[in-house]
Amino acid sequence: MENKVQFKPETLALAKEIMGRYPEGKQKSALLPLLHLAQAEFNGWLDVPVMDMVAEVIGIQSIEVYEVASFYSMYNLKPVGNCLLEICRTSSCWLRGAEDIVSHLENKLGIKEGETTPDGMFTIKTVECLGSCGTAPMMQCGAQFHENLDTDKVDSILDKLRADGKRTNYFDAVVVKEY
Amino acid sequence: MSKKLLLKHDHEPGIQSYEVYRKHGGYASVEKALKTMTPEAVVEEVKKSGLRGRGGAGFPTGMKWSFLAKPEGVPRYLVCNADESEPGTFKDRYLMSRIPHFLIEGMITSSFALGAKTSYIYVRGEYYYVIAILEKAIKEAYAAGWLGKNILGTGFDHDMYVQPGGGAYICGEETALLESLEGKRGNPRIKPPFPAVKGLWGCPTVVNNVETIAAVVPIVNDGGEAYAAIGIGKSTGTKLISASGHINKPGVYEIELGLPVDEFINSDEYCGGVWKGRKLKAVVAGGSSVPVLPADLIMKTAAGEPRLMSYESLADGGFASGTMLGSGGFIVMDETASVVKNLWTFARFYHHESCGQCSPCREGTGWMEKVLHKIVHGHGEMKDIDLLWDLQRKIEGNTICPLGDAAAWPVASAIRHFRSEFEEMINSHAVEHA
Repeated sequence: MENKVQFKPETLALAKEIMGRYPEGKQKSALLPLLHLAQAEFNGWLDVPVMDMVAEVIGIQSIEVYEVASFYSMYNLKPVGNCLLEICRTSSCWLRGAEDIVSHLENKLGIKEGETTPDGMFTIKTVECLGSCGTAPMMQCGAQFHENLDTDKVDSILDKLRADGKRTNYFDAVVVKEY
Repeated sequence: MSKKLLLKHDHEPGIQSYEVYRKHGGYASVEKALKTMTPEAVVEEVKKSGLRGRGGAGFPTGMKWSFLAKPEGVPRYLVCNADESEPGTFKDRYLMSRIPHFLIEGMITSSFALGAKTSYIYVRGEYYYVIAILEKAIKEAYAAGWLGKNILGTGFDHDMYVQPGGGAYICGEETALLESLEGKRGNPRIKPPFPAVKGLWGCPTVVNNVETIAAVVPIVNDGGEAYAAIGIGKSTGTKLISASGHINKPGVYEIELGLPVDEFINSDEYCGGVWKGRKLKAVVAGGSSVPVLPADLIMKTAAGEPRLMSYESLADGGFASGTMLGSGGFIVMDETASVVKNLWTFARFYHHESCGQCSPCREGTGWMEKVLHKIVHGHGEMKDIDLLWDLQRKIEGNTICPLGDAAAWPVASAIRHFRSEFEEMINSHAVEHA
């Protein structure tokens, strides 16, 4: 049976370019980067037909894709909102008020950690250390690190994301702040 | 003021770009190595420098390089470990995003020394914007002739790629990183064989941290001896310290190894003191895995000597009264912080990040998290402290990779130095419940 899920032609071309970064016969190495591409292209999560398609592109078994996708925390195996809000909860962020940021988000959006707003706009997820301890507390949304958070800053980020109305992903262009 | 080797130009406007980086002497180490040195001579300088792995383990880099097997007709690889995930550590992100060409330059010079025609920079996936910065810089380096075929007309060919991770702390362990780079789950391999003999796709491979590879640039430019003259004893050179927590000036600081801890915490050049005028309670000096120390023991060794920011001084006293330099992730806690609750965030972290291969770690980290959750949420009993102690002892040393140890040490040190805080927390809740 023909697999209906396909990468866009330009994504497929990029996928092939990535597969060319490894020696002949070692194309499985492209799996993690291709899963990121797939997640960005197919609504922010990896449905089984999407993973099957990635397996086909690389030329490996589907099970090899499932076992990898289920191991790494960045791959979502269930639908998520347009904007996945990933709030760091580990030590340095916790010491500087990450718990307050999470409860503020929960109150403001009317959902609990791990849930998605009914309009499908936001998902709250707590994550482990994102390497932004010097600018704690922080959260990641798409590629962007939002740092030195307080509740006002969180509100303005939510407003902006809502106004943009776009699905965020790890390939978003990022404004790199000056340190 | 500490001598700067890595962060000399990090505040120059436009230093991210090739032109500005080159204007400030960038790529000189590649020219020097490729045109005037043999690969063996570069390895020799790195050995002389006394450089030790900056990812956390502190293993001598020159020695690691000299273990690289060189069978005829088999490709060799250099892999940069940019899977920076140790809680409290963010120096590599700073270096890569501020001065991406510094890492690329170090990668080319190091690859020449190792005879690697291909290298990969494995960056944790959450740093996707850093990957974009690195890929742009690599493109510039190709265009300027520092990468590709016949670099500088010397006959040395080199290709460099960036590889994203998928979100897994364990991939900072070098064999798990290689598994991941091969498109698999990040389960650490049983060693030996070490990557130097059987690494990426079974080929000889060197895996080095970002900062380690960057340090090769000044070592080649100024010579290994000049590098070794900086620092103290076997802690040579400079180190990037990620300072976070309850301090006035969190950030990345380059220090000469041997700087007194007191000066690092209290000087305005570095942390600027504990925030809000509060007192220092505890410090995790080298990333979440190293033992936590109370204020008196981080400032002075048990023998009363001033504690220094060096591999040896921080380890002075062993685990009874010392800690480790680790990755340089320096987390400061003020007098209001709960060491027990902070420990719970660590325990939750290790439980989440255990790959699940070895049962002491898979089961033990979950059990420790549960017991700490119980204590922190007001249901602890005195016997839980001994249970935690018992659990960490049964994990330490009983796993394939050091994640088990890394999960055990914070628990052991918190009980060793802050047992009364556990007891107070349990007692105060017991009163509440009564």
